[in-house]
Amino acid sequence: MTDTIIQVENLSKRYFIGHQRDAYDALRHRIEGALRHPLNWTREMIRRRRATQEEFWALKNVSFEAKQGEAIGIIGRNGAGKTTLLKILSQITEPTKGRIRLGGRVASLLEVGTGFHQDLTGRENIFLNGAILGMTRQEIKRKFDEIVAFSEVEKFLDTPVKRYSTGMYVRLAFAVAAHLEPEILIMDEVLAVGDAAFQKKCLGKMGEVAHGGRTVLFVSHNMSAVQALCRKAIYLDHGVVKAVGDVEPLVNRYLVEVGSAQSRRFTTAIDLGPSLKLESLDFPAEPVKSGEMLPFGFTIRAEKSTTLHDLSILIYSSSNMRVAILDLRSLGTPIALSAGRVLHAVGEIKSLPLVEGEYSVGLYMNSTDFQENFFDLASFTVSARTSDTDYVPVPLMYRGLVELDFTAHFAKATTESPNAIVTSG
Amino acid sequence: MNELIIEAGRTERRYWRDLWRYRELFYFLAWRDLLIRYKQTVVGIAWSLIRPFLTMVVLTVVFGKFGKMPSGGVPYPILVFCGMLPWQFFSTALSESGNSLVANANLISKVYFPRLVVPASSVITSFVDFLVSAGILVVLMVWYRYVPSPHCVFLPVFVLLAFASSFGAGVWIAALMVEYRDFRFILPFIVQFGLYISPVGFYSSVVPEKWRLLYALNPMVGVIDGFRWSILGGQQPIYWDTLAVSVVGVALLMVTGIWYFRKTERAFADII
Repeated sequence: MTDTIIQVENLSKRYFIGHQRDAYDALRHRIEGALRHPLNWTREMIRRRRATQEEFWALKNVSFEAKQGEAIGIIGRNGAGKTTLLKILSQITEPTKGRIRLGGRVASLLEVGTGFHQDLTGRENIFLNGAILGMTRQEIKRKFDEIVAFSEVEKFLDTPVKRYSTGMYVRLAFAVAAHLEPEILIMDEVLAVGDAAFQKKCLGKMGEVAHGGRTVLFVSHNMSAVQALCRKAIYLDHGVVKAVGDVEPLVNRYLVEVGSAQSRRFTTAIDLGPSLKLESLDFPAEPVKSGEMLPFGFTIRAEKSTTLHDLSILIYSSSNMRVAILDLRSLGTPIALSAGRVLHAVGEIKSLPLVEGEYSVGLYMNSTDFQENFFDLASFTVSARTSDTDYVPVPLMYRGLVELDFTAHFAKATTESPNAIVTSG
Repeated sequence: MNELIIEAGRTERRYWRDLWRYRELFYFLAWRDLLIRYKQTVVGIAWSLIRPFLTMVVLTVVFGKFGKMPSGGVPYPILVFCGMLPWQFFSTALSESGNSLVANANLISKVYFPRLVVPASSVITSFVDFLVSAGILVVLMVWYRYVPSPHCVFLPVFVLLAFASSFGAGVWIAALMVEYRDFRFILPFIVQFGLYISPVGFYSSVVPEKWRLLYALNPMVGVIDGFRWSILGGQQPIYWDTLAVSVVGVALLMVTGIWYFRKTERAFADII
């Protein structure tokens, strides 16, 4: 029987943003005032300080529920209020309005290595960090070997942490935190550091925690990790809960909305040289799942007669790397176009092998009187494949550009050459 | 299932239970501060003995040979130590705990634990130093074959008084310093000033009768007088009225300090 373990009701948090006053004036007035009426002055100082500050609501009427054992992803842009929400849930800062009911012990990891001191050794820092995160000395001693094994820094356990490489540091810090055993675990983008092997390990461990019946709140910009770990998601935008629901549609919505701020769709036709105009270049507005079919289309109008020799659609990744072209000479070139002729084409990419992300589309054309590359004419979004594996996918930044469909299995080795790959037959 | 409700202004009851639950953190933070002190030093932990010893030598020379403070038959180093010991404890405890919250800002903004642990563990760290120096005092007494007066059984009382006064003042300043960084400059001034007005380099009997009770508002007056009385006996008379004022003053300081601290604690992570 799962019951609600976290209940957030109308949570709001206000911060004051100060504004610099003219420093010289302030100091002079302060001293004058202080000398004349000391008590009044202090009261005024505090009041005036408030008056020149602006109110900023980091969270506005946030409400949601979490049941025991749920893994919930919290997604949103930078500045949406995710970290503020976590800080309030962790009792680090107080809400301005609203209330939260928590039905279990909370451990939160807002930063990797909180409390680590540079001069202390790895061993000493394990104890210190563990204690700060809420473990008792007994607990730490009990789990010490596990923590060291997870972190893989056994050889350097007795050297000061300031000598560690960044990777070792982060591994050790995460190792301690990974062995917390609270009912509610809160994690804030702690996977942003570390190499691929480490990230995989962390995600794996977090998956273990999530599937072990604990409630996990996970803030991340790594959408594939969020999708792999969480069933439910909360989408925050400018301090307000934009949506709560199943993780996949919310991630898609987030990707679209974050992307659409940058994508450009042209409303007036683009000149492709003196004779041709590109009236539309259509790619779906909704995200397309990796591996599925991507439809596209375009319309070109000839203002004057010309012949089109080459036409290619160019696809660029978000890091401006050309990932593929669609060589449209397959349509049958050269195409002779008389003035006023409109060319309309539709097509589809059968199973789009691209990894998730934002892609921009360009065009290359070569006609009798013009040849040019055009960029950023359209864009489309690819969303992650649903993972039906029991292991967590590698983070996006290490997965390359394409998902390849492959199969593999262990083959029997022969007695003569056990290392050779034996093909059937 | 234990339910915790988080709401604006609602943290009272849980807090004291949490202090107990996080009791090991008192030890860990103090342990950390002591550990890092002598890391990468050659002399290492011997510094904790050398420092008070050298201070004692210097003060003996300054007040004894040059200042010619009357010693009344007591070996001079012991006399100096009796005044210096509690003062050192108080001044370092006050400085460390006053600065403790700001020094641990990264912890305060990222992890939850009852913040009262932070200044408290600073006082504990200074207390450990105090114990080491007290050890030196014992060695001194053995060396000079000086037997302390029977009043020394009351010594723990005055130690407790010193502990409470540094904790009370420390908590006040720590909480104030979070919002008003001015105290970073005010604090060393208080400590410096305090050294001159507290009866470290002189006996409190030099203070004229009519100012005596007002003077006792300085908690260290009661503490240092008490220390001297416990160890030196007849040389230092005990003034029960000033002691009473000191005790009441310290109690008030602690209670109000903790009250102010708790009141402002909720905003620490936002302002620090």
